[in-house]
Amino acid sequence: MTFDMAQFHQVFFEESFEGLDIMETGLLNMDPGAVDAEEINAIFRAAHSIKGGSGTFGFMNVSEFTHVMETLLDEMRDGRRQATEHGINVLLQSVDVLRDMLIAARDGGTPDEDRVRAQRAELDHVLADRDGDAPGATAAAPVEVAGSTSAGDVSPIAWKIVFRPHQHLMRTGNDPLRIIRELASLGELTAECDADGLPEFEEYEPEDSYLSWNLRLHDAIDKALIDDVFEWVEDDCDFAIVPVMPEGYDPAAQTAGSDVTDSVPSTPAATAPGLSLVPAPADRRESAERRQPDERRKVAPGGAGASSSIRVDIQKIDTLINMVGELVITQSMLGMLGEEFDMSRVDRLREGLVQLERHTRELQESVMRIRMVPISFSFSRFPRLVHDLSQKLGKKIELKMSGENTEVDKTVIEKIGDPLVHLVRNSLDHGIEKPEERVAAGKPETGTVYLGASHRGGNIVIEIRDDGRGLPRDKILAKAVERGLVKPEEHPSDKEIYDLIFQPGFSTAEQVSDVSGRGVGMDVVRRNINELGGAIEIESTPGRGSAIIVRLPLTLAILDGQTIRIGDETYIVPLVSIIESIQIDKSMLNKVAGRGETFRLRDEYLPIVRMHEVFGIEGHDARDLTDGILVVVEGEGRKCGLFVDDLLGQQQVVIKSLEANYRKVEGISGATILGDGSVALIIDIPGLMRLAKQQGGRAMHAMASVG
Amino acid sequence: MAASILAVDDSASMRQMVSFTLKGAGYDVVEASDGVQALNIAKTRSVNLVITDVNMPNMDGISLIRELRALSSYKFTPLLMLTTESSPEKKQEGKAAGATGWIVKPFNPEQLLNTVKKVLS
Repeated sequence: MTFDMAQFHQVFFEESFEGLDIMETGLLNMDPGAVDAEEINAIFRAAHSIKGGSGTFGFMNVSEFTHVMETLLDEMRDGRRQATEHGINVLLQSVDVLRDMLIAARDGGTPDEDRVRAQRAELDHVLADRDGDAPGATAAAPVEVAGSTSAGDVSPIAWKIVFRPHQHLMRTGNDPLRIIRELASLGELTAECDADGLPEFEEYEPEDSYLSWNLRLHDAIDKALIDDVFEWVEDDCDFAIVPVMPEGYDPAAQTAGSDVTDSVPSTPAATAPGLSLVPAPADRRESAERRQPDERRKVAPGGAGASSSIRVDIQKIDTLINMVGELVITQSMLGMLGEEFDMSRVDRLREGLVQLERHTRELQESVMRIRMVPISFSFSRFPRLVHDLSQKLGKKIELKMSGENTEVDKTVIEKIGDPLVHLVRNSLDHGIEKPEERVAAGKPETGTVYLGASHRGGNIVIEIRDDGRGLPRDKILAKAVERGLVKPEEHPSDKEIYDLIFQPGFSTAEQVSDVSGRGVGMDVVRRNINELGGAIEIESTPGRGSAIIVRLPLTLAILDGQTIRIGDETYIVPLVSIIESIQIDKSMLNKVAGRGETFRLRDEYLPIVRMHEVFGIEGHDARDLTDGILVVVEGEGRKCGLFVDDLLGQQQVVIKSLEANYRKVEGISGATILGDGSVALIIDIPGLMRLAKQQGGRAMHAMASVG
Repeated sequence: MAASILAVDDSASMRQMVSFTLKGAGYDVVEASDGVQALNIAKTRSVNLVITDVNMPNMDGISLIRELRALSSYKFTPLLMLTTESSPEKKQEGKAAGATGWIVKPFNPEQLLNTVKKVLS
């Protein structure tokens, strides 16, 4: 029978990655020296399962690697080895290597062999770093009887076997008959039953075994095969396996040291009659084949890893099914109404449509909820990160987290990971001070980084807060002046100064470390967050710490939009980007030489983007700025006014990717289908600003210096 | 009637593999994910063979074998454990608890079926 083991691979990988997370979390919680039994058991079990599974499913390199980790964990578990900080760290690194190996196995690639080898050496080193009693007993040697090894060049032509079960043998679930049957499957077998062991009838226990057998296998088979038959019952019986040599061979050379008291004749003497089992030579090849070392299974071709799956709470599915039920009822009600409709029933129709709308909306919400996963998927990597980095940086840092169960769209989770890592690293590297510096400043030696998530309105808010030294306001300002971002005579507010760190290539770190601070970070972070339709903000108090607040939409599939009209075209502006919409008064307009059209909004001068010019739309009706409407929007920290013909309304729109169906278009983030079936494009505000600037639009020179 | 087998493993992929293989060969398979669950099943219905992993949460395979062997209805039932080559002590521990034998991990479906045939025929 052949099996396609690949069908179990997906479950195996899912469960292995879960196992790795358990190991990682467990190792991070482990206190060097004081090992919690339950904790290390869980880690050990996870490693053990990965080892067993990877061996079974043919990922031998994973299995071998995990074996070494398991050995180390086993010793820590038994208390044979101290769980030192070094040991734990090596295990943590090994978890990483193992994860890479599993990813490679899943995607059909090859892991970084050098890294695996180096880590393996590291593990071996920890294992060897031990005085006495390290590795467990080597395989318990079975009671070796009369040497098949010492037979020199002459091979035995047959085997004599004495098999004497102990009384309790059957109570281990074994059966003497089974053993005889298995021997018979190896070759031609004759058997003689010895009933001498039977007790007096009064002492006879029906559940015990009393019989013994003298057996003879008439074939020159490998002794290991016979040993195998007795493997399970080694300790539950006496047995001897004695080779029968061809004539002319001196049997005296054989030693018959065995725990069997009977002397077994070792010449091919007559076999006694008795119970004779039918040999089954046909089975022989099969059982011999069974012993062939398992062939290494080829790595499954890629593709298994390509389909990503999502685990959904069963309750969510139930809700969904309920909703669909409601929807079906509404549909059949409307269907019946349609069959015999007259104007007298128009009220019922309207009622039905209201119901339909409600059910559709509810259904939409629950479908969206299926894609929602707790943000702990993203947060879970931080304990490790903080642990590793604080060691590397020589700082004492405690990580506090809250709101890990806050649910976010899966796509958001996938994309927010890297920016969050960057932000947390910044806090650790630049925010939190060295212990001595903290003590000198009258703060506790251990710094705290707080990572929290919560729902606020239609957004999820992620906060990264530390009690470090805060952002170096003056240094940032000096740097900005040096780079010409701020004019020396300007006096920007604190908030404006802090926002400068989002400028490309802006870093004030005196020393570039390999942790962060190469100046390629914050602008990218902000761009990533903007791409998710989110926003980022900084708060900082010198000497007290800083906080980064990231606001993200709950989902990327649906957007709250403002529909606008430009000529005959309809566009959608994301509601989050809109600050306000105003009608322009002539007095607000300003034309600065070389800086194009601007308008004054309270104490700010903002550039104006004439939408119809940027998108090349003809036939717009608002020629004069005072005729139309200015939608004041903000993107990537800059503001501007979009000059449009009219505001149409606000609605939720389902985002359709333009890139997937057409190609990327600058200034447009996607498209949607409106209620009347027409298509409207969704405006990407930062992209639009870049586009307007490229086109050398009237006011766009102003963009660089304003805002 | 097909022989019924209780497959106990905390790893879903191993459980699936064992169960799929045995069902494919016509056996009736019940699954449990730890010793406690397995013991409950074994007490409420009769099973002809138990195949259990050793390392499991709540109740491990060795304890499960000990508990089962102590039940009169499982006195002679074959109880096999799935174990790794690296742990001869575990085999001894298992034997002492009353295990019939073991299947060494890693194993493939054919090996599993051969062993099961051996003890159930």
